[in-house]
This record gives sequence, structure tokens and C-alpha cells, in this order.
Amino acid sequence: MGTSFGRGGATDFQQDLQNSDCIVIMGSNMAENHPVGFQWVVEARERGAHVFHVDPRFTRTSAMASKWVGIRAGSDIAFLGGIINYILEHECWFDEYVKHYTNAPVLITEDYQDTEDLDGLFSGWDPETHEYDITTWAYKDTEPQTAPGKKSSATRGEQSGHGGHGGGLSHGEPPEEDLSLQDPNCVFQIVKRHYARYTPEFVAETCGCSVEEFLRVAKNLCENSGRDRTSAFVYAVGWTQHTVGVQIIRAAAIIQLLLGNVGRPGGGIVALRGHASIQGSTDLATLFNILPGYLNMPQSAAPPGLDSYIERGTAPAGWWGKLDTYIVSMLKAWWGAAATKENDFCFEYLPKIDEDHSEYWTFTQMLEGKVKGYLIAGENPAVGSANAKLHRAGLAKLDWLVVRDLVETETAAFWYDSPEIETGERKTEEIPTEVFFLPASSHVEKDGSFTNTQRLVQWHYKAVDPKEDCRSDLWFYYHLGRKIREQLKDSQDPKDLPILDLTWNYPTHGEDQEPSAEAVLAEMNGFDSAGQALAGYKLLKADGSTASGCWLYCGVYGGDINMAARKKPHWEQSYTALEWAWAWPMNRRILYNRASADRDGEPWSERKRLVWWDAKQKKWTGVDTPDFDEEKPPDYEPPDDAKGPDAIRGDHPFIMQSDGQGWLYVPQGLLDGPLPTHYEPHESPMRNPLYSQQASPDRQRFDISQDPHNPSADEPDGDAYPYVVTTYRLTEHHTAGGMSRFVPYLSELQPAMFCEVHPDLARERGLVHGEWATIFTARAAIEARVLVTDRVKPIRTNGRVVHQVGLPYHWGSRGLTTGGAANELSHVVLDPNVHIQEVKAFTCDIRPGRRPRGRRLPEFVRERRPR
Amino acid sequence: MSDFATLTDITGHPDGWETYDADQQPRMGFFTDTSICIGCKACEVACKEWNVIPEDGLVWTGDSYDNTSELGANSWRHVAFIEQRKPLRQDDEGDDALRWLMSSDVCKHCTHAACLDVCPTGSLLRTEYGTVVVQEDICNGCGYCVPACPFGVLDKRHLPRKPDDEPLALPLLGKKEDGRVWKCTLCYDRLKGGHEPACAKACPTDSIQFGEVDELRDRAHKRLDKLEQNGWNGARLYGDDPDDGVGGFGAFFLLLDEPEVYGLPPDPVVTTKHLPEMWKTTAFAAAATLVGTAVAFLGGRE
Amino acid sequence: MSESITGVGTEMQSYYGRPIVKEPVWQPEIPTYLFTGGIAGGCSLLHGFARVAGYERLAKTALYVGAAADVVSPALLISDLGRPERFLNMLRVFKVTSPMSVGSWILFVSGGASNTAAALELVGRLRPVKWVAELVSFAAGAPLATYTGTLFADTAIPVWHEARKELPWLFGASAAASAGAATAIFLPPKESGPARRLAVAGVAVELGVMEAMQHRLGFVGEVYKKEAAGKLARASKVLTAAGAAALAARGRRSRGAAVAGSALVLAGELALRWSVFRAGFQSARDPRYTVIPQKQRKQQAQSK
Ligand SMILES: Nc1nc2c(c(=O)[nH]1)N[C@H]1C(S)=C(S)[C@@H](COP(=O)(O)OP(=O)(O)OC[C@H]3O[C@@H](n4cnc5c(=O)[nH]c(N)nc54)[C@H](O)[C@@H]3O)O[C@H]1N2
Ligand SMILES: Nc1nc2c(c(=O)[nH]1)N[C@H]1C(S)=C(S)[C@@H](COP(=O)(O)OP(=O)(O)OC[C@H]3O[C@@H](n4cnc5c(=O)[nH]c(N)nc54)[C@H](O)[C@@H]3O)O[C@H]1N2
Ligand code: SF4
Ligand code: SF4
Ligand code: SF4
Ligand code: SF4
Ligand code: SF4
Ligand SMILES: [Mo]
Repeated sequence: MGTSFGRGGATDFQQDLQNSDCIVIMGSNMAENHPVGFQWVVEARERGAHVFHVDPRFTRTSAMASKWVGIRAGSDIAFLGGIINYILEHECWFDEYVKHYTNAPVLITEDYQDTEDLDGLFSGWDPETHEYDITTWAYKDTEPQTAPGKKSSATRGEQSGHGGHGGGLSHGEPPEEDLSLQDPNCVFQIVKRHYARYTPEFVAETCGCSVEEFLRVAKNLCENSGRDRTSAFVYAVGWTQHTVGVQIIRAAAIIQLLLGNVGRPGGGIVALRGHASIQGSTDLATLFNILPGYLNMPQSAAPPGLDSYIERGTAPAGWWGKLDTYIVSMLKAWWGAAATKENDFCFEYLPKIDEDHSEYWTFTQMLEGKVKGYLIAGENPAVGSANAKLHRAGLAKLDWLVVRDLVETETAAFWYDSPEIETGERKTEEIPTEVFFLPASSHVEKDGSFTNTQRLVQWHYKAVDPKEDCRSDLWFYYHLGRKIREQLKDSQDPKDLPILDLTWNYPTHGEDQEPSAEAVLAEMNGFDSAGQALAGYKLLKADGSTASGCWLYCGVYGGDINMAARKKPHWEQSYTALEWAWAWPMNRRILYNRASADRDGEPWSERKRLVWWDAKQKKWTGVDTPDFDEEKPPDYEPPDDAKGPDAIRGDHPFIMQSDGQGWLYVPQGLLDGPLPTHYEPHESPMRNPLYSQQASPDRQRFDISQDPHNPSADEPDGDAYPYVVTTYRLTEHHTAGGMSRFVPYLSELQPAMFCEVHPDLARERGLVHGEWATIFTARAAIEARVLVTDRVKPIRTNGRVVHQVGLPYHWGSRGLTTGGAANELSHVVLDPNVHIQEVKAFTCDIRPGRRPRGRRLPEFVRERRPR
Repeated sequence: MSDFATLTDITGHPDGWETYDADQQPRMGFFTDTSICIGCKACEVACKEWNVIPEDGLVWTGDSYDNTSELGANSWRHVAFIEQRKPLRQDDEGDDALRWLMSSDVCKHCTHAACLDVCPTGSLLRTEYGTVVVQEDICNGCGYCVPACPFGVLDKRHLPRKPDDEPLALPLLGKKEDGRVWKCTLCYDRLKGGHEPACAKACPTDSIQFGEVDELRDRAHKRLDKLEQNGWNGARLYGDDPDDGVGGFGAFFLLLDEPEVYGLPPDPVVTTKHLPEMWKTTAFAAAATLVGTAVAFLGGRE
Repeated sequence: MSESITGVGTEMQSYYGRPIVKEPVWQPEIPTYLFTGGIAGGCSLLHGFARVAGYERLAKTALYVGAAADVVSPALLISDLGRPERFLNMLRVFKVTSPMSVGSWILFVSGGASNTAAALELVGRLRPVKWVAELVSFAAGAPLATYTGTLFADTAIPVWHEARKELPWLFGASAAASAGAATAIFLPPKESGPARRLAVAGVAVELGVMEAMQHRLGFVGEVYKKEAAGKLARASKVLTAAGAAALAARGRRSRGAAVAGSALVLAGELALRWSVFRAGFQSARDPRYTVIPQKQRKQQAQSK
């Protein structure tokens, strides 16, 4: 979404789904995993909207949908590409929107070659480095911004957390456009050619649904889009956990741009996030490659200095043109008085990255003994991460491990309670790792905020005191920092200066010296040189006179008021409920909402009014906070020397993009291609029906012995593991189980690990409902109870049937209910852009009965591996 | 429903809602609209949390996603899951149609409540809200209400749990278990505090609607009309009729199939409806026994 | 997948074959109590009439046997309670709508009266008080012998509720037979004539009522042919019939035959109570017995 629209966040909020005329939930089981938000889907259905659920399984979401379309796991791009083709074939696109709000008219360099020309590769593929040179993807007559020393968009380490800003544009306008959309080199025509083969029949064959089912979705979407109607897409990790996860989302973005659904009420793409504040944690940079607010992490290969950083990261147009104000304010928030213009505001104190430092990469380094110690807080990789065994093997190579969690998870207990200990593959005495378990207090035991799936920052207050030694994470980090600083206080070593110079003076209270969470929020918000809280990021300066921990959150503490703590109920205000908490950026609830009005600033229709230009008051107004320069008129044309936001035209709603437009085609910012293309998953029992290139060429893999792979259909023994397996959640449990398997009221609702299989598969393999089955891959074998159900779709395609096996992934060896972890089975193959594992589609085999015990288990797995 | 009136007349016992006089509140209850239940079980969990109900065993049933199985002493809400090869709407094409019915069951708070009628201790009580509640300090665990309920709602709490449901051996004086019966109180404590019941509060889709029973009935009829207009397959109300065998439920339902599919009785009748007749039979039988015994003496001495 | 079960002429769905009504939570004390309560009730009657008719030994024996049964009965009931210490809550209220409440009072009155009478009889004092006690006990006898039929019938257990017209008769006859047999055991044949006749007549009526009840129950009645209830019903039939036959044929002459016949009848009556008890569980456990009659009833109501 970042590359298509400019920001990675959900474009819409869940309550607004009630305004949709058609909702496609795909790659998410919203009813089960976001039940509270799902009420608005039910509301929309009650108001007459069509709700489709496209999923390999008939779930509780399907039960509520107007129609469930069962597809093969891992075939989403084929389905979505089919919709794109349908839109173009049947001329259903929203012409005015497409011509003016998207990059459809832009001409691409003539050197560009499509996967359709190169049998599954885009131009620029380097088989040596396994990377794309993206120069041939660029807008005509421009040079793309590439990573230092690279031809690709970025290194695997430095994947930009936000929109592909540059596009190599000198200012807000692409060099050449064809508004008639006829030029064969314009984006529109390239897209059209790219998807021409995605016919309904192709979709049916590839996805395993019927032509009618597909057409029903495509038709409904088109009929419910346009001036008077809007459709929404909803996805979550059913899309992201693929080697082509980002590209699946891109395909939806293309559909929504073509249909003109972005930035409008009841439209857009609702990305459902996971953990209660996972959005917040990415906003505030728990990822290795970004700083708070999606600023790029400085790189060691880049020329040093703040100026160079700013120069490389600044977009010629749009709000990324103000990078200098964001980074300088952040540095001021971190190092306060120590940060001066003379010392580049301490820019050099920031760590620099060289390559991938993602979670999976780090564990591979552990295996090689290159990581000495590790601190895990609020994560349970011994269950939750793909190929859990590999993760435990990594942990067993550490010198020390600290786990901060509410309960003693499998990760904390890996040294005495794990499948390897059971089989005798590893012995407790032989593990050198010293493990420290630090009990954490839960969200009800501390003040703080959650940033939810729709960017809404909501404050919560402590309800009860933490028990015994449990302490909040804030307490831990604050006091850890304080102690380190005390130890170093006499140090003259320059490498200690970044720590000593930090502003580390949060007020504390109570017996436990709990730091004030509100003080942290206020720091994130930022203040001016007089110490006054800033009202918004527009006020940030690059001269060091403002400080702000995270520019995106600037405004959350505006006027020294904790806006996140506002709790005016929605029935006392309009449905956008602008006075309930606070959403970044600037309390805007629907992103790019300038697109809800036409070029002249008039709503596209009365029914779909949201934000419009009030000619009398000369400003944008409406029921949402305008996501646009409030005073920039619709007919504004930037002067030639305009920069940053000023270089965006008055009729270009995508203000984070350097051309202000939604990108159907992404010339830069992605590693694996400018357009989504159907590739098979890394492990698949089917041949790619389009190309001899079977899977995404650019998928990220680690060729290590701990992660053997099942052969795919294009390899020898391609039928060794004949079934597609997908993993998912149940309402009753939470992720790796730390917060549900230890709770009796939840455990009793789903008290055992099970697998879901179709009656035909049960017959084929002799599985008996209610009894045990053993599921195995080249990595491992687990056992599960058998739930025979019509709800898992068998895929009939090319005259054969591909069966799917459904596995919830919540179980592990600890807690009140225990069972095999689905992630024993999965492999570590990732999407190259975001390093997310492909756990939504891989292959397996299954047989009746319990798994072998002890030593016989690894033997069982080994013996069944081909070769 | 003269039958019922006679019963209350005979007893003169304050088991009627009317007897609250000035303290009587509007009758409160639930309309559970299963057409919008998403089976999240938040109601089950909220109920357990609020009422501090013990865990009920970790038994995986294989009955779809239902591992609660039934209402009982430790489950006052129970969400049923039914997988069917039937279309949700009548006009849905395709033979591979599937639907997954979900429905959150609860005590019906019957207008004429068998459990309350048969309770020998007066532990079961009609509250001022017209609901039916067990007074846990009075219940002696006689268990009579358990088989009396036509819906199988009540059950005795066995703590510690016994291994199976077979009757225990004689004699059992002083057994160490809770022994009392438990069921939904319609959150009597919350009502008194002016709050809606925990389960309704937690329900994300408003499948559980709490309110005055009269108003809920109106709402339910409108809802049914709408679903019928939209061609829903099998929509019907269950327990909304004040003339049915229990005089209407305080907690009634909109179902999408026959009641028995959800484990509900198709035509429940409060057992005490026939009690006057039964007492009459008993009187005759008693008289006959008396006379019969007398007759045994007619033969004279041998 | 939901199960579909074929009922009598109706294809019926159920929820995974699970019961709709709950099985009773009553334990073995209850059928045992039915038996002892029956003896107590029947003995009160036997005692009263014997007094009037001048059968002094019979009267005394019936009084003692009845009193003993009246001691055991509440003990059994209390034992069955989940909270035995709260037994007295039974007497908190008197509810006509609750056969158990009514029954508790009857048992309370009957037990109190018969034990007072028996005690006074034993010590030979306070005649007038004894007479009053005897009178009260006599009055409570018939209700005690029959109310348990309604106690069971006043539930949602199909095989009990649908037998509401028969159960009091069945239990009354069984009580009479048990009381007769229990008394006859302790008496020489020439003293026990009425008791034996009562036992024989009770068995005869009971066999007839049982037959009629099963017939009228129709489909639901088939539980009396299945599993434990079926076995017990068969055993009861054989035992009572044999016992009654022995009593009728040789009870007058042979003490041994009288004792054996009485014992057989008693065993048969115990089996009968157990059979009815188990039948209740069986009919509750299988949802067909709940659903099918109700569906038929509904259809009939609709077709009217
Ligand atoms: N109750 C509950 N709620 C949760 C969580 C929880 O553990 N429990 N976890 C939270 C977290 S961390 C997250 S990230 C979210 C995740 O929320 P979701 O994404 O909704 O979670 P999943 O169940 O993993 O996957 C969603 C669906 O994707 C389907 N699916 C699998 N493979 C494919 C495919 O190839 N294509 C398509 N179209 N669908 C596929 C699965 O069948 C499943 O129904 O939920 C959050 N909410
Ligand atoms: N096969 C398969 N694997 C998957 C997925 C899948 O769909 N299929 N989904 C993936 C996704 S989307 C996710 S998000 C991951 C989740 O996987 P993990 O993040 O590894 O697992 P969680 O159980 O969510 O771990 C969170 C832990 O934080 C603890 N915790 C809660 N609150 C606090 C707190 O305030 N402080 C501290 N210190 N700890 C706290 C909880 O007890 C819990 O143990 O799993 C991923 N893995
Ligand atoms: S668990 Fe929390 S975040 Fe998730 S749906 Fe429920 S209320 Fe919302
Ligand atoms: S449903 Fe059962 S427990 Fe509830 S009030 Fe009616 S009879 Fe009583
Ligand atoms: S078990 Fe308790 S509530 Fe039920 S009838 Fe007996 S005393 Fe009343
Ligand atoms: S009303 Fe209260 S007691 Fe009854 S089911 Fe709901 S939460 Fe439980
Ligand atoms: S909380 Fe509501 S939606 Fe969820 S299972 Fe219960 S009734 Fe259904
Ligand atoms: Mo997640």
C-alpha cells in the first residue's frame, strides 16, 4: 500500500465499512480475528451491501457473507488479476478518477519488458545476484533512485517503509503523459497487456473456483463502484504471509484505483493488523530498517552526514519533501540540547545498517554462532515463527537469552521443554544458553496507548496493580537505560556518548518508580523551543527549534491534551467520530480523502460525500479531517520551483507520492516487480499455468540445512508432499498462545490442536473424524485431531483434485491445552520486500494415527524426505 | 392459560412477578438473533468472567467448533455450531451451498417456569424483572429442577468433577462437592446496578439483544419480516409466542432451521401445565390404594 | 456435520445426537427411596385397617416395618441432596406446584407419626397420643404411596411425563404389594392373610398398569424394552409374578413359601422402581424421545 498510495496504513476505518455497497474480504477471516470490527460488515450487509469472502476455507466470516468463494491457498494474484482484466475488458474503470488521480497515463521507458514477454521475469533480472536492476521500470526519461551502490530499489536491508517517493521526478509532474490512455507505453496499456491472459477461465483453473463465482465477485465490484457507489477490500495476513504478499496487496490497490474507490467513504483497502498495537509498533519502529514515522534507517554504505541522508531521502514533491523537518525534530527529541546544527543534530549517533537484520535473518546468524545474546519481549518464536525448530536451534546457540513475557512461554522454556528435548535430539545439559525470564505486566496493569488497525491511537488507564515482580515494559526499558547510563556516567569513550547524551528524564511515580507513559506520548508528539506541545507536523522545523519523537504522531498531544484519551461516544457525533481518540496523521480517518471529491472539489455524488472544497470559505471541509492542504484550491498548479507539498497539484490527492497520484504501476520501491504477477508459492503441487518461471524469482530464502524444502511440481518428486497446507487463527486463541492457552476460559473453548480436512481427503487417506492424524513436511511431523468438514475446499483443476489441509497455529507444549505447533512444519521463505514468511501456502502429507514418539520422530521425517 | 393461573392460585406463593406490586419492573429478557451471530463465543467468556464460573473441562468434541456442548452448571451460555449443506438464502444457486449456523443458547426465563414451579425450597425465584434466578444460599441440591426444565438448562455443579456421568455409589452423605444447581441469572446483579447483562454487552454484532420483552418481540417480528423478504432460508422465531407451552420465553430466538437442529425442543410445554390433572390422578390412585388395602381384609381370617 | 436420525415415520435432525432435556441428577438413593417410601405408605394403610379389623399382630408388624421404612426414607433423600446440611430448606415453604415439596411434608408427617406410634407401641405408654399418631400416619399412607408417581411425572423426562396418568397407579400398586410382602415375611401364614392378599393384588394391578402404560406411551415406551430399564422391567415382571404366584398358591399353608414369595415380590418391586428410574435416564439421553412426540403434537395442532 505504501508504494501504491504513499502510506502503509489502512486507507479506511472499520466503522466506515457500513457505508460500503460491496465488501470483498479476502486473505482475512475478519469475523474470527477482528470480531468487533466485523460488526460493521454485518451492518453493511444488513443495509444491502454484498459481502464476499474469498478464502480456501468456509469460515465464520464466510458464514456471514452473502457469498463464499473457495480458492486454492496461494492463488490470490490470479483471482485479483482476473478482476483487473474484467474491469479493463468490460470498460468498468472510473475514467475521470483513473485519468487524473492515478499514474495510468504516464509513459514508461521503452526498455521496459513485461513478464508476458520474458516468460515470467521482468526486464532487469540478474540471475547472478538474484536481483532486479530497476532502471528499465522507470517513468520515461527519468532515473530511478536506487540504493547506494545498487541498481535495485533498495538493498534487502533498506526497504523503505513508506511510499516509493522519488520516481526520479524533478518536481511533481511525470515527464510524459497520455491522457487518452492509448499510447502503448503508458501505464494503462501496460497493465492491460499484462493481465490480458487472466480470463475468467484462467482464474477458475488456477484458483479452483467456478467461472460463475468469479464473475459474480467481479461484476458486483464493478456495479458497486463509481460516482454513486463504493466498494471496499479487507485483508490481513491471508495475503501478507506469502512470498508474493506485497504484490497481492498491490493487485487489490490496482483494482481499487481503477474503480476509483480509494479515499472515499465505504471504499478503500482496510488492512487488518494483528496484535492490539502492531500498527503502533511499526509506526514507532520496532522494525530494524526504519526509524519512527517510517524514516529510513541510515545505511553504512551511504555517504555519511545528515545532509546526504536528507538529500537521498527527500522527495521532490509531496510530504516526503519535508524529511528534513521530521528527522531533525526526531534527533532533537532523542538528544535534546546535545543535538545542535553544528554536530548534525547528533545524526552520527544513529546506528547504521548494512544488510538484512530481520528476525529470520538474525536467527540464521544465531545458528552460525554470530549472535551472543538476545532479548525477546512479547514474542514467542518457538511457536509463532516459521520453522519453529530452527528458531529453537538458534536460541540454543546463544550465551544468554532474556524473555520478558506474561507467562513462561515455549520460548522461555525451550531449554527444558521442547520437541527436541522429547526426541532426545537436544539435551538440556548441553545447552549453553543462560535464560532469564522477566515477568511483564499486562495492558490492564499499566497506562499506555494502543494504535489499532485503523491508525487510531487509543489511551488506556491502569486498572489493577501488577502482581509481584511483574513490571511494565516501559519500566523495564527506562530503568535499564537509567542503570546503563549510571554505569557509563564517567566514561569518556565516544561510543558511549549516544547513550549519555540521550534525553532520559521521564517523571516516575509510585512505589515501583513507574515512568509516566503520558510523558512519553508528549515527547512523541513534540514541542517547540518554548516547550509548548506542537499541534501538528506542519509546524515541525529543520533548524532544531522543534522536537518530535515521531512526526506522524505530532498532534496527538496537541494543546497539551492527551487526544488519544478522548472518549466521546460515536452516537454523540458523526460516524467518523473525530472526537473519539486520535488517528494519525492529524486525526484523519480516511486517507487520501481529497479523492472523495472530483477535480473541482465537488463530491462525486451526494450519497458519497465526505470532503469537499468550500469555495466561499476557501478551504477543504467535510465530515472527516481533510487529508490535504486545507487551503490549497482544487485548481492549484504548482510553480516550477515548488518543492515538497507545494509541488502537488490541487487535483492530486495522494499527497505522500511525489506526483500526487495513486500508482497502478510502481516504477520503484519494490524489489520483485512493478506489477503483480501470478507465481506459485515456493512449495506447490501445481505448475505455474502462465510461465515456466514457477515461483517468484525474487523470493527470499536461506539455503540452510535446518530448513529443507518439499519439492514443488516443477522439480523431481514433485508429488512427494501432495497437499496444500495453510495455517490460520481461531477466535478462541491468540497467536502463539501465550495469552490464551494459559487462560482456562479460552482453553476450554478450543481445547486441542486439530486439522481441518475435506471428507474426500479423509477418504483418500483413511482419516477418521475425531481421531488422530500425523501431518508432515520435510521439516517435521506433528499430530492433530481430525475435524472432517465440508468447509475446506478441495480444488478441482486441470482434471485433478488438489486437497488442502487447514491448521490452526496456536498450540505448543505449554499452558492448559497443549499440542503440536503448526510452525514445526513450515519453512523460512520470505517476501523479499517485507521479510514475511510464507506460512499461508506450503505443502504437506498426512496420514492417520499419532506421530511416532522419541527418536523415531526425526527418523520418520527423514525417511519420508525424497532423495 | 387458565391452567397456569390455577397453579399460582393454589400456591398463593410469591413465585409470580405480579406479586412485586410497586417494585415490579418491566419484564426484561433477550432476543437472540442468530442470523447475525458470528460464533465468537464472547458471550460465553463474558458470562464466565462476570459470574466467576469454573472452567468446565478441556474436552475436544469434534462437533464443529463447539467444545462447550450444552448448557449446564458451568456454562450459562452455549454457542451451537451447525454445518449444513444448505444455502443461506433460498435463491442461492449451486449444489455445493454451505451454511454454518451459530446460535447462542441460554436459559429461557420462561413465563411459566417449570424449574421454579417444582423447586421445593423456593430457591428458584421470580425476580422483579420477571426473570428466574436460583438463590444459591437456599438451594439444597435436591436436583428436581434439573429434569423439570424442558430445555435442559439447569444442572448440578460437581466439584471436584466426577470421572463420568454415571450415578455415584451409595451412601453419599457428606460428599464433597458443590452440589447446587446453577444457571443464567440474566445477570440479576447487573440489572440491579442498571447495567445490561455481560453476555449482551460483549456481543459484537448485537446478536444478543437485551431489553423489555414486549419491545423485543416487536423488534423480532420486524426482523423476521425483513429476512423473509430477503429470501432467507428457514428463518423463524422461537419462543416469542405468549400462548406457547411455557407462556413465551423471556429469552427467545430467531432461528434459521428447526429448533431440534440446535438442540432445542420443538414444542416445549411446562411440565406443571398438567399438574392439576396429575394431582387428580394421584388422588384417585391414592384412594384406590386405600380401598384396595381395605378390600384385602374382606376375605376374613383363614 | 449435524446428524440426522430417523424416527418413527419422521426424518429428524438433532444436535450431534445430544440430549435436549437433562438426565436427572438423582442417584441410587432415589429409586431405593421410592421402594422404601412405598413400603412405608402401604404399611400405614395396612396397619390402620388391621387395627380396625382386629389383626393385632399384623397391625403391630406393619407399624414397625412402616416405621423402619419411614426412618430409612428421609435418610436416603437427605443423602441424595447436593447440600445435605440444607435439608431443612425443604420445609421452608409448602408448594403445591412442587410434588417434592408436597412429598417432603407428607414424608415428614408420615415419618413423624409412624415413628411416634411405633415408639409408643413399644414402650406401651400414652395411648391417646399413640392413637392420634396412628390416625395421622394412616391418613398420610395413601398419599405417601402414590405421590412419587407425580414426583416423576412432573418433569420434562418424556417417559415419565407422558406416563402421568399411570405412574401414580403403578406406584400405588407397587407400594401396596411391597407393604404386603414386607409385612408377610415377618408373620406366620395364619396371621398374614390380608398382607398376602394385598401383595398378590398389588402385583396383579401393577402388571396390568405397566402393560397399559407401555402401550399408551407408544414409541417413547420402547425404553422399557431397552438397556438397563428393559432388563429391570423384565426382571421385575418375572420376580413379582413368581412371588405372587407362590403367595397365592402356597402362602396360606407354607411359611417357607410365604417368605420366599414375599421376598420375590419385594425384589421385583425394587426392580420395578429401578426400571422406571433408569427408563427416565434413557429417555432423556436420546433426543428422539423428546423431539418426535413434540413434533407430532405440533403437527397435529397445526393440522387442526
Ligand atoms: N481471535 C484472534 N484474533 C486475532 C488473532 C488471534 O490469534 N486470535 N491474531 C491477530 C493477528 S496477530 C493477526 S496478524 C490477525 C490476522 O488475521 P487474519 O488474517 O484474519 O488471520 P488468519 O486466520 O491467519 O488468516 C486469515 C484467513 O486467510 C485464509 N487463507 C489462508 N491462505 C490463504 C490464501 O492463500 N489466500 C486467501 N485469500 N486466504 C487465505 C485462511 O483460511 C484464514 O481464513 O488477527 C489478529 N486477531
Ligand atoms: N504458521 C503461522 N505462523 C504465524 C502466523 C500464521 O498465520 N501462521 N502468523 C504470524 C503473525 S501475523 C504473528 S503476529 C505472529 C505472532 O507470533 P508471536 O508474536 O511470536 O506470538 P504471540 O503469542 O503473539 O506473542 C506475544 C507474547 O507477548 C506476551 N505479552 C502480551 N502483552 C505483553 C506485554 O505487555 N509485555 C510483554 N513483554 N509481553 C506481553 C504474550 O504473553 C505473548 O506470549 O505469528 C506469526 N506466525
Ligand atoms: S480482542 Fe480486542 S482488538 Fe481484538 S477484536 Fe476483540 S476487542 Fe477488538
Ligand atoms: S428455561 Fe428451564 S431453567 Fe430456564 S426458566 Fe425455563 S424452565 Fe427454568
Ligand atoms: S436443586 Fe435447588 S433450585 Fe433446584 S429444585 Fe432443588 S432446591 Fe430448587
Ligand atoms: S445474562 Fe448474565 S448470567 Fe445470563 S448468560 Fe448472560 S452473562 Fe451469563
Ligand atoms: S457474542 Fe454474539 S456473536 Fe459472539 S457468539 Fe455470542 S451471540 Fe454470537
Ligand atoms: Mo500478526
